[in-house]
Amino acid sequence: MNQIPVVHFLYLSALLFGIGLFGVLARKNAISVLMGIELMLNAVNINFLAFAKFWGQGSLTGPVFVVFIITIAAAEAAVALAIVISIYRQLKSANVDEAHYLKG
Amino acid sequence: MIQNSWLIPLLPALAYAVIIIFTRRSKVISAGLSILTMGVCFVFSIGVFNELIHLDPVSRSVSLGWTWLKIAPWEAHVGVLIDPLTSNMLLVVTLVSLLVQIYSLGYMHDDERFSTYYSYLSLFTASMLLLVVSNNYLQIFMGWELVGLCSYLLIGFWYFKPEAAEACKKAFVVNRIGDMGFLMGVITIGMKFQTFDFGEVQKLVTQGIADGSFHADHYIAGIAILLFCGAVGKSAQFPLHVWLPDAMEGPTPVSALIHAATMVAAGVFMVARTYTIFSADPLSMTIVAYVGGFTALFAASIAVAQDDIKRILAYSTLSQLGYMIMALGVGGYTSGMFHLTTHACFKALLFLGAGSVIHGVHGQDIWKMGGLWKKMKITAATFLIANLAIAGIPPFAGFFSKDAILDAVHESSVPGHMVLYYAAVFTAFLTAFYMFRLFFVVFLGEARDHHAYDHAHESPFTMTGPLMILAFLSICIGWLNWPGVDAYSKFVYFGSTSPEGASGFFQLLAQSWLSLLVALLGIGLSAAFYYFKVFSAEKAANRYRPIYLLLKNKYYFDEMYGWFVKKVVFGFASAFQWFDDVVVDDGMVDGSGWITRKFGWLFSLTQTGYVQNYALVVFGAVAVIYLLVSF
Repeated sequence: MNQIPVVHFLYLSALLFGIGLFGVLARKNAISVLMGIELMLNAVNINFLAFAKFWGQGSLTGPVFVVFIITIAAAEAAVALAIVISIYRQLKSANVDEAHYLKG
Repeated sequence: MIQNSWLIPLLPALAYAVIIIFTRRSKVISAGLSILTMGVCFVFSIGVFNELIHLDPVSRSVSLGWTWLKIAPWEAHVGVLIDPLTSNMLLVVTLVSLLVQIYSLGYMHDDERFSTYYSYLSLFTASMLLLVVSNNYLQIFMGWELVGLCSYLLIGFWYFKPEAAEACKKAFVVNRIGDMGFLMGVITIGMKFQTFDFGEVQKLVTQGIADGSFHADHYIAGIAILLFCGAVGKSAQFPLHVWLPDAMEGPTPVSALIHAATMVAAGVFMVARTYTIFSADPLSMTIVAYVGGFTALFAASIAVAQDDIKRILAYSTLSQLGYMIMALGVGGYTSGMFHLTTHACFKALLFLGAGSVIHGVHGQDIWKMGGLWKKMKITAATFLIANLAIAGIPPFAGFFSKDAILDAVHESSVPGHMVLYYAAVFTAFLTAFYMFRLFFVVFLGEARDHHAYDHAHESPFTMTGPLMILAFLSICIGWLNWPGVDAYSKFVYFGSTSPEGASGFFQLLAQSWLSLLVALLGIGLSAAFYYFKVFSAEKAANRYRPIYLLLKNKYYFDEMYGWFVKKVVFGFASAFQWFDDVVVDDGMVDGSGWITRKFGWLFSLTQTGYVQNYALVVFGAVAVIYLLVSF
């Protein structure tokens, strides 16, 4: 069977990570930043699964990690959205640049 | 008695404590206690003397010691050293102190702080006795400082008078300068010899001289000069003489005590006590001799132009102390100590007599007195005896001791000793002159201030009694060294043999014709000026006005020191203050804070508060680490 080579998975994951990183660093809306983080997490998940498939020799370590990451990502999204909401209530805006109270 | 001699300084110290704590309310009990203890101490001292004199001359040095502090590997000792020198001083100090305390009953009778006064007298005497009996340098230093403290308390006893407050401060500060040298000397001794004990140091020094290892040792000269600094301060030698005349602000009996027994004698005693070190180094001996000789002449010349009865006496003390120091410097150990003993008697008498006069006329200016002979016969007669003694007229006490000093100077091997000799002879002339000037102006002639004269009265017996005892001693105590008898010389001497004196009284007279002549000349001149009025003192003063003013203003030493302190010391102080304000305070203290704040500000620039900046830094850092690890 002609399989898709592993490197293609890695390309996909790198692309996804790059898009996510761009979202985190460049977008001003807090929701977009959170979305970028989700994308980066999923890029990592793809890597885990690809490596588990090609070199894992049937081990479940990779997929189990992925399950944990998804779970924690969900929890993180909940917490992060709560923070975003309280920032929004404070500032009437979800722009991360306006929340710079810790400026030295 | 010798075994229990440690009680001698302890008893007055206890008396001080008891008076201060318990009996202060009762004048009678306080004074009685103080006088009683001093009497016991005097009897004790006689006992010690008696026991000592019955010992073999070679073994007349008993040292008893106890450990006081143990700081391993080092130990500090306290102890008692009884030898002829100590015994001599014990008798002088306890006797003069006893008489002064009895005298004070009359002099201080209506003072509010009468009991406190007696407690201080007790403490003063206790300190001096501690110094005298001590057998090591540490203990003598403790006594030394305590004496300084007590003189401060007593000179400033009437602290509500601004002059007294100033005078006691001055005495304390000037003494501190000398004490600094003394302390450094004591420390150097400790470093050099690893012991503070007089006997052991003496042994080591003698050994070092014998085997030649001290031949060119500058340590010995340094120690001797440092110790002498202490003596210069305490015995008020030039240039630290300025405190003693101002010490007049205390009650007059205190002046008697300070001048005769407890304070200024300490310096002379200390030089005598550490004489081994001094005699090991000819240079320091020469310095001692010249400082003493100069002080003698210098102070005597000032005394000629003073108008305050106590000030004249103060300068005469300076001058006589100069004699003693000079005697020690030229090797006249016995004559110096003998002069200290006779001087203690006649100077105490002079001061107590002056106190009696002041008590009678309520003033100290001699030009407001006059004709007091008729009103105060006992005071005047005893004063005359003391005057004859200090002028060195035979057979009064001063003649024997002063002549022994002149003889020692004449025979000494100190370079230029003839200069010293003539200076000393001239001082003898001046002494006779100014002492009789005082006598003629105060006791003879016409009353100048009739108010004071009418008020004048003879003092009560508590005051005249001590005067008479001291007058008796001022006549007789010199006879201890009657030529041919030489009882004193055979008792107190340095080295292995006692010094040779003249073999007979007439030989002594012949030997000392010069000093006798100048003394008589001084008295005669004084009489011509102030009694017969052949010459006019005012005219002489006007004619030689610059000299007169120079002497009257004490060579402007107070002004010079004042200038020195104001300009030089304060100048240095303000330079250091500037350094403190600008360099230490602004530069180092504020500066370190400033630098910290600025760095904090600089690094706080990295905290932008923009969450995406932080994310970028985290990512960038990971990337950098990755690159570093992979290549």
